[in-house]
This record gives sequence, C-alpha cells and structure tokens, in this order.
Amino acid sequence: MADDTLFDEMFEPDGSVREAYRSFDSWFAGADPAELRAKSREAEAVFRLTGITFNVYGQAEAAERLIPFDIVPRIIAAREWAKVSRGIEQRVRALNAFLHDIHHRQEIVRAGVLPVEMIARNDAYLQQMIGVEPPGGIYTHIVGVDLVRTGPDQFYVLEDNARTPSGVSYMLENRETMLHMFPELFAGNRVRRVSSYPQNLHASLAACAPKQCEQDPVVAVLTPGIHNSAYYEHSFLADQMGVELVEGHDLRVVDGRIAMRTTQGYKTIDVLYRRVDDDFLDPLNFRPDSQLGVPGIFDVYRAGGITIANAPGTGVSDDKAIYSYMPEIVEFYTGEKAMLENVPTWRCSDPDSLGHVLDNLEELVVKEVHGSGGYGMLIGPTASKKDVREFRKKLEARPGNYIAQPTLSLSTCPIFAKTGLTPRHVDLRPFVLVSPNGIDITPGGLTRVALKKGSLVVNSSQGGGTKDTWVLEEE
Amino acid sequence: MLGKTAGGLFWMFRYLERSENIARLVETGQRIALTRPDTAEGEWASVLKTAWAHDAYLEAHDTIQGDVVVNWLLRDRDNPSCVLNCVENARTNARLVRTGLTREVWEAVNECWMTLKEDLARKVQPKDLPRVLGTIKQRSAFVRGALHGTMLRRDVYDFARIGTFIERADATARLLDVKYYVLLPSAAGVGSPLDNAQWEMILRSVAAEGAFRTLHGRTRTPRDIARFLILDGRLPRSLAFCYAKIGDNLGYLESDYGVRLPSHDQADAICQHLQQSTIDSIFETGLHQVLQDFLRRNAGLAAQIESDYRFMQ
Repeated sequence: MADDTLFDEMFEPDGSVREAYRSFDSWFAGADPAELRAKSREAEAVFRLTGITFNVYGQAEAAERLIPFDIVPRIIAAREWAKVSRGIEQRVRALNAFLHDIHHRQEIVRAGVLPVEMIARNDAYLQQMIGVEPPGGIYTHIVGVDLVRTGPDQFYVLEDNARTPSGVSYMLENRETMLHMFPELFAGNRVRRVSSYPQNLHASLAACAPKQCEQDPVVAVLTPGIHNSAYYEHSFLADQMGVELVEGHDLRVVDGRIAMRTTQGYKTIDVLYRRVDDDFLDPLNFRPDSQLGVPGIFDVYRAGGITIANAPGTGVSDDKAIYSYMPEIVEFYTGEKAMLENVPTWRCSDPDSLGHVLDNLEELVVKEVHGSGGYGMLIGPTASKKDVREFRKKLEARPGNYIAQPTLSLSTCPIFAKTGLTPRHVDLRPFVLVSPNGIDITPGGLTRVALKKGSLVVNSSQGGGTKDTWVLEEE
Repeated sequence: MLGKTAGGLFWMFRYLERSENIARLVETGQRIALTRPDTAEGEWASVLKTAWAHDAYLEAHDTIQGDVVVNWLLRDRDNPSCVLNCVENARTNARLVRTGLTREVWEAVNECWMTLKEDLARKVQPKDLPRVLGTIKQRSAFVRGALHGTMLRRDVYDFARIGTFIERADATARLLDVKYYVLLPSAAGVGSPLDNAQWEMILRSVAAEGAFRTLHGRTRTPRDIARFLILDGRLPRSLAFCYAKIGDNLGYLESDYGVRLPSHDQADAICQHLQQSTIDSIFETGLHQVLQDFLRRNAGLAAQIESDYRFMQ
C-alpha cells in the first residue's frame, strides 16, 4: 500500500494500519464507495453555496475558485500532538521576544548571534517600529507555523507565518463539513474540538486592548475588500466573532483614536485585526498610494490609541533568511534547545553555501527569501533541465535573494481517489493565538495536501487541497 | 452598524427587487407579443421605457425586436440594469455585508446568482423563457423569505426593507407613467381592445391582475386601475403600500437610534401626500405630473437616507 521510503501517516510499511487510524479504517471498510463519492460531491456543493472560495487574481472568469476538499481526515495521536504543541509554544514565545528585541536594544546582534544586515537589509523591517511598545507587549497575536513530517517522531518547521497567516476558516469549515457528512465517524473517535477558535481569537485580541481603552474593547477586522483572495475568511472571522468587518475607507482618526463610520456616527475601535499588509496600512507613514489603509493610523498606534494585530513589522520573522537562524533565535531567548527542528538551510548569500547549492541544484529546493505561496521557487528533482538552467542564472545574479534546502520526503496521508485510498504528500499549519494571558494553540490546524501524485506543492494557488485535521483526545 | 453595511443592504435589496420587476415586465411583454402580434413593437418599446433601458437599447440596436429586447433586458452586459447584472450586483453587495446577514439569507442570494448565471449564460430559447422568468421571480422570493424568517428585526432588517420599497415604488410609478395616456379619463370612452390589452399589461406587470378582479370584478376602468396602483394600501406593489412600509421602517430606525433625521420628514411628507390624495385630485392635477413629481421625491428620499445614515464617506 505505501511506498516504504516514505512515511505514511495511516499505514505501516507492512500495510497494517497505525493506531490513530484504526477506527477510521474500519469505518471506511464498511462504507459504500459510491456513497462516499456522492458525499464528496455534496461537500463541494456546500462549499460553493456557503461561498468558501478564494479569488484568483487576473482571471475574470471563474474568479472565485474552490479549494478541493478531501474527505479522509488527517489524524494525529494525542502523544504526537503534545510534543508538537510544546515545540510550537516555545518557538512562538521566542518569536515575540525576538521581535521585541530587534526593535529595541538588539541584544541578539550585540551578542553576535545574528548579523546586523539580517535586520538592516530586511525589507520587512520597519524603522518606524523602533522603540514602539505594542499593547500587552505582543507582536504576533496570530501565528501560523507550517510543519512537515518525515517520520514517526520527526517534525520540521517549514516556515513561520507571523505576518497575516490565512487558512483558519478552512480549518473550521472542513470540520463543520465532516460533522455534517459523517456524524457516525465522530461517534467512534474522540476528536478534540476546534470550534471555539473564533471566541478564543476574540478573547485573545480583546486582552491586548490599548491603555486608552476604558470600556469593553471594540474589535474589528480590517480587510482590503471583496476582491482580496482571502475575503471569505475575513468576513467569516468577523461574523464568527460578532465584530464589524471594515475597510480603510470606513475608518478615520477622530480625537486621537481610530473610529469607524457607522449609521449613527463615528465609533471608536480599540483592537484592529488587520488583514492588510504593512505597506498599505497607512498612506501617511508607508506607501503613499495605498487606498486600503487609514491615513494616520500608525501615529495613533505609536501613541497607544489602538492595537494593531499583528503588529506592523512582524513580517521580518517570515523572511527565509531569518528562518535559517531560528534554532539560534530560540536558544538565545528561551535558553533551551529548539524542540522543533528547522529544515537544514543553505544561505546562498554565503559563498561556500552558494557553491554547494549551485553544484547540487537538481537535488535541492531553492526559495526566494521573501517569497510566499509557492511562487518563485525551484524544486530541483522535479524541475525540467530548462527550468534549472534559468533558475541558475537568477541565483547567480542575486544569491542573497535565495536560500536552499534538501528535498524532504514529506509524509503522506491517503486521499479518497477513484481507485480508493491513495497516498499524497501533506503539510500542516497549526494556528496559534498569543496574548498577555498566554499562548493558545488550536488542536490540529489546516492540513494541505498535494493532489497530484508525487507532487510536493500543497499550495491552494497551485492545485493543492485540504483535509480535516484531527487531534485525538488522550486515552 | 457600519454605514457601508447599511448601504450594501439597501442596494442588495434594490437590485433583487429590480430583477424581479424586470422579469415580470418581460413576461407581460412576451404575452402581448404572442397574443396581439400587431401591437408587439409598441409594447416592447414601453417595456424598455419602464425598465429605463430604452435609450441605451436604441443606441445599440436599430430596430425593436422581441427576442433582442428580451436578451437586452435579461442578460446583455451592455445594459447595466439587465437581470444578470442586477443579480450579480445584489450578490456582490451581499458579500460586502456578509457579516450582517444570516447564513440562510446569504445562501439564498448566492444560490440565486449561481442558478441565474447558469440559466443566463447563453441566449434564452423561447421555449425556456417561461421557466427562466419563473426562476428569477422565485429566487428573489427565496431571499425575501429567508430575510423574513431568519433576520433579527433591527437596523439591518430596516435598511433591507427600505431598499426594497424605494425600488418597488419607483418601478410601479414608472410603469404607470409610461402608460399614463391609456389611463386618462378621455381614454375610458374609447374602450378599444388595444386599451384593454394595455390595462392588462399594467396589472400583470405588478402581479395584480387577479387581485384587481377580486376587488372589482370583470369591469375594468382606467380610473380604478390607477387608484388601485397608486392609492390602495392593500396591494403590495402600490405606491401607498410601499410608503406605509418605508414609513414603518424609518420609524423603527428613529426609535432604535433615538434620532429624527431629515429623511423622516421627507418620507412622512410623501406618505401624507398619498393619504390625502384621491383619484379625482390626481387626475385634476394631471396623472403624468403627479407621477413625475412622485418619482422625483422618491429618488430624493433615497439620496437623503443615504446621507442621513452615512452610506458613503
């Protein structure tokens, strides 16, 4: 059943079923494939009706697309999850300490752990944030830590998303869909709930209200608008939290606070969960041509009049060159070894590493330092000779713009295909909330799955799908 | 609630109402074209005028032909008010105000758009036309039903209702105004079959043929028809009914917010004017003039509501 060079999360190399999947397996064995296929189509119809779509830029027709959903859950045992979540908590704590440090005394640079140019030459680093104290001392209120697995106990962090991680609405809707379609499946498994995420998010954001807030904190979600690829998620989260979904033109500065235009006049906002990038946040302080932001919001922020979540400038830690220092960063701020490993990473800015990377391009994955969404990367083993040749030129021209990693044999999890269960590569994005009250990790997260056989690219913009992710209760 | 959200709800329901009104006009036009082919061209012209699509149509086409008019009104993208555009605009506004809607209302409008996008993807064949027109009306009714059945009675609901009735009052007044000459007392004496066809068209366009028969039997006079559509508060598409509703919903907003705004005075004035009118006084002033005046004040009220409740910056 499974290729024995790869780690399959459901099947042992000898074809027997791993413990976490046993109950699912017996349910599946008793299910009628035709009925499952019908349910699969039904799920798609529900997603379309609910509007759980993402927008694709530059495609007038079919501008709203569905992310394919696979009905086989990805199941994580309690013991496995306990270990992973401890590692995530440690990493997120380190990230916040790091973000505070680089905007204040830069101890990590003084200590010689991180070269100063990693910050000074980082496009996401905002000089304007130097010396700013974000309310509650929190920089990354919402974090998505992308994990991949290669063995029974081997998880790697693939990247940190401390800027504006998306996908949590899929995590929630996937679960709702599974509960709706296969209620009997949940009767036989004790699956940890994810549905309290919106309340937890609201509580976590409210706990970060600025000092100037004197009543019950008013939270709002800031979206770039209905044409943004994640608009569905923005409206979903606002709706689930019971708060307003605002755009830049709904807001203005009133008496030193940020206020939204309501049918009854302007009303003050205390915490803004923004899904607009730093550059577009404030035309007076950042990109002057931005239509998406609020003129003067950054000045209000500096003066303690509003909480912006995540804090401006957190994108520094999403940078893949910074990523390569994460083991050192975790150790520097927590005094402990990093529990979650990084994927070994060559920084192409370093001449020795560059030489190694150029010699082994066919075996490596090369990524742009600032890239995201699976764009601008080379997957050596599957790329054509021509692609490798062209990428080599780009890499030689701007080595500092790239990092390289070995091609990991990502774990697989079965999907329900025409021929039955068939393995596909998966990754995992758990969602983490940070407030002065602590760090809250939703059990599970979003599992993305590469639907093409053998493919390692799980991004929804490039044909990836999603699965419901189960963390089982302890026995 | 956000001003933008109020505006989005207002327009979402205006567009839905418009799509339904256009479907009904096409249905009526088609019926006359089939039963009285000699008068078809003239009837299609008044359908276009009623749907405010006449001038733009003639810019794009040299002649008035039934199938081209139907296509223009239902799905020609060059016509900003074609049903397909209306439904798309309604759904875009619904996405904008998604957080203010219940899941049921959102799904009803989303499904309305998905269904009609499919039905109107290509030219509608004559044999399919009745079904498609039925679908348009039915989908709009589904959204309205979900609104009634699931939404909290608060400001969100009021703005949705006000949008509905501003649009409906506008449509009924325009329908009457395009046909006012067949309703003048002098026309009563003529009593030709042509006039009867046009009276029938008016009644059918507001889904009131049966209602009129119930109240007035088989005798139709233009005077009764005009009174029915303008002053009868029992007919859900009459001007009097629409304004009673607008008055109610603005009243709820006034008591909810504890503020009286210029739009309340304007709506009350229009409402009182309708209540004090009789069909005689209307004909005395001139039907055309009364309707023109009404259309102007209705549009003025819409603009005042937009500014009073801060739909835009």
